[in-house]
Formats: sequence, C-alpha cells, structure tokens
Amino acid sequence: MAQIENALNQIRTEVFNMWTLAENQLEKAKTALLHFDQDLAREVKAIEKRVNATELKIDRDCEHLLALHAPVAVDLRFVLAILKINTSLERVGDTADSIAKYILHQPHPYPAGLLEQSGLSDMFDQALSILSSAREAFGFENTRLARTIFHQDEVLNDMNAHALPFAVNYIKENPAETEAVLNTISIMRRLERIGDHAKNIAEETIFYVEAKVLKHKILES
Amino acid sequence: MENTTVSAVKYNAWFGDNHVVKNVSMDMPGNSVIAIMGPSGCGKTTFLRGINRMHELIPGAAADGQILLNHEDILAMHPIIVRRKIGMVFQRPNPFPNLSIYDNVIAGYKLNGIKLHKTEKERIVEESLAKVALWDEVKDNLNKKGNFLSGGQQQRLCIARAVAMQPDVLLFDEPTSALDPISTATVEGLFSELKKNYTLVIVTHNMQQAARVSDKTAFFFSGELVEYGDTEQVFTNPFDKRTQQYITGRFS
Repeated sequence: MAQIENALNQIRTEVFNMWTLAENQLEKAKTALLHFDQDLAREVKAIEKRVNATELKIDRDCEHLLALHAPVAVDLRFVLAILKINTSLERVGDTADSIAKYILHQPHPYPAGLLEQSGLSDMFDQALSILSSAREAFGFENTRLARTIFHQDEVLNDMNAHALPFAVNYIKENPAETEAVLNTISIMRRLERIGDHAKNIAEETIFYVEAKVLKHKILES
Repeated sequence: MENTTVSAVKYNAWFGDNHVVKNVSMDMPGNSVIAIMGPSGCGKTTFLRGINRMHELIPGAAADGQILLNHEDILAMHPIIVRRKIGMVFQRPNPFPNLSIYDNVIAGYKLNGIKLHKTEKERIVEESLAKVALWDEVKDNLNKKGNFLSGGQQQRLCIARAVAMQPDVLLFDEPTSALDPISTATVEGLFSELKKNYTLVIVTHNMQQAARVSDKTAFFFSGELVEYGDTEQVFTNPFDKRTQQYITGRFS
C-alpha cells in the first residue's frame, strides 16, 4: 500500500470518529433538553473540548499530508473536502454545546406543551437524519444520496419557518412562558443551521467524488 | 491546429520488433511547456527523440506516421535541419569538456560549418547565456572550460547551446534529474521565460515538476498516449483511470 494511502485512511478514520462524536453530542443535547437532564447537558459541554481537539488533530494531519505527500487529483480533492467537512462537524458540536447552555441556564424544565407543540423533537430528528445521510453519502461516495440532502435541508428550513408564527401565537396564549419560548426559537434556528452544515458536507462530497463545484450554484433538478 | 508548432500524427516507433510508441497523435501548441510523463519503458523518451529524428540514429530503430513542425513533415526534412530547428537538452549536463564556455555556446554553429563574424558570435554568446540567466555568472570567465561550472550551471550552459541555434522547439529529457533542488528550481524558473520564444517539450519522472512547469501534460503508458490535456485538469481531475492511478502513486 502506498504511504499516502495509509495517511489518507488514517484521516478518513479520524473524520468518521469526529462524525460519531458530533452526532452523539447532538443526540445527547436532544435528550438533555427533552428530559431536562442538566447532568447530561454538563457532559455535552465537557465533551465539546474533545470535539475541538479532534478538529485540530484532523486539520493538523491534513496539513502534514499536504506537505509530505503532495496529493493530486482525487486524493487532493479528498483532503480539501475533509478540511471543510471537519469545520462543519465542529460546528455541529458547537450547536450541541450551545443547546446545552440553554438547559444549564434554565432554572425549570421547559414546559411539556411547548416542547410538543413546537415540533422541536421532530426538528432534532430531522437534523440527526440529515447528518446521518451526509455521513453515508460521504462514506460510500454516493453522490446521488448527497444530492438528496439539499431537499432534506428544505424540510428543516420549512420547520424553522413555522417556528416564529408558532412562537407569536404561543406567547399570546402563554405569556408566562415567554423566555422558554424564545429559547426554543433560538434552539430551532440552530438546528436549522445543522441542515446548512449537512448541505456543505454534501457539496464537498460531490466535489471529492465528481470534481464538480456546486457551491453558490442553484441545484439542478 | 492554429498556433501549433509541433504535431504528432499517428506516430509509431519500433526497436526491432518492439513497438515502443503506438499511434500517438498530439498537438503541441507554440509558446507553451508540454510535459510528458509515464512509467519507465512507456515510450516517452523514444517519442521525444522521435521529434528531432534522433530515434532513427539507433540501429534497428524504425518509425512511421508524421511529426509536423509548423505543418511541415520533419521526416521529409534533412535531419540536420530538423535538429537545428528542434534543440535537445539531455538528462546529464554534457558540455564539451575541452571547449570553453564561449565555444560551447556556439558549438552548434561550428559543428554545422556555419561561419560567423566575431561580433555576431559575441552577440549570440551573450544573448544565449542571458536567456538562461547565466551571463552574469560567467561573463568574466568565458574562456574557462565548461566543466569548470557547477552541475546546474553546466545544464544551463547546455540549454544556452541549444538556444544559440535559434530553434523553434526545445526538447528536454529529464533535464533536472541530475541536479540539486536549488539548481532544479533555477532551471524550472527558466522554462516560463523560455516559452515566450520557444515551445518546450519535457520528459520528466518528477510529477510535481510536470505540475509546476507545464501548460499541458501527456501521460504515456505501454507506448500509448493515454491522456493529454491542460496540466491543471490532468492533475486535479484526470479523465482516464490509469492517469489517476499513476499520479496518485497507485499504479501496479
């Protein structure tokens, strides 16, 4: 096996570890929020440091690979894609971390009615599902699946678009829960960003596999 | 075809029964650097030597097809005229050891029996050495022997010797493989200057060199031209799987 292949495989393994870490963080943030589990929220915050450290390690390994192996063609595209995917995954970790703050700074559990009616749980599930699709598309170099992520992101965008009108009505009916509603809206906005990160990952997957740049282009139907 | 200085048209070359270059067709545009890469024995050097009819000097060698220089078939031209128009620089610097730097530069004229006036000789020597960025380094030692120079300087002297004949095309066969990194960088830096006046065709094993210096890259394998395109495309998104395997080091 060529030396570069060993180095590429190592980075591939690290990125999938990062993916697992980021997805687990989001999953834990969901559980912590829905069950108001502040211990779990603290765990999310503690593990965020590991997410950051893993991001730095992958960046450093990519830098070494570029300097020592001078990759070209598909190998170069792989490394360039990894650098951006790594950043996207780290931001997924940031999202989980910021959701954890909304749990730790909240003195009381979020009202069950608010959590149920806002569709927050569904939005978490959609965000986790889109991340999982992005991982599968990248792992199997499946650009057809990667292209479905652009549509999956639209579902998240729609969910987020409904959040504000919902909040206005909910606050009118439950003014005492205003702060909790505003926090919920902020969390939903952050979950909407997960879709953008997954979309970026899908673009990088297509760039890596097909050498096509889709960024800033309207997706062909 | 416009602006094409050299074209190979269904060019084949043999050593005895060994078919080493197979039906290669490619246009090499003027004022550009064309890199030819491929594994050992792929026919790239034979193809290069075919461009100035050096291949046929080897006993048992044969060729057919066409090599066109500005649309004129070189196989129909006198070999000496061909080599005057298409200069060649080899892997190892090979200045004439018994000749001075000055005489090395104008050796082509002497060997061709072309008489020049002293002022004309001086102009050619200075211009040729200046074109390879050697003039300032050797202008006070023109009468010293060529092998007084370092390896990198000797290679630039050989390029100056080729340039002195005012060719249309310069062929390079692994021109920096015997040089240290600093001399290599100097010679590579020359290519972008030289291509303003000539078409450069470079055979190289060094893929990073091909990527750095060339405008177009050809990949040969088993005597066939597998892929030929803009260097940027070949090194970022090669069309042929074999090219990708070769440039990524996964060729078996």
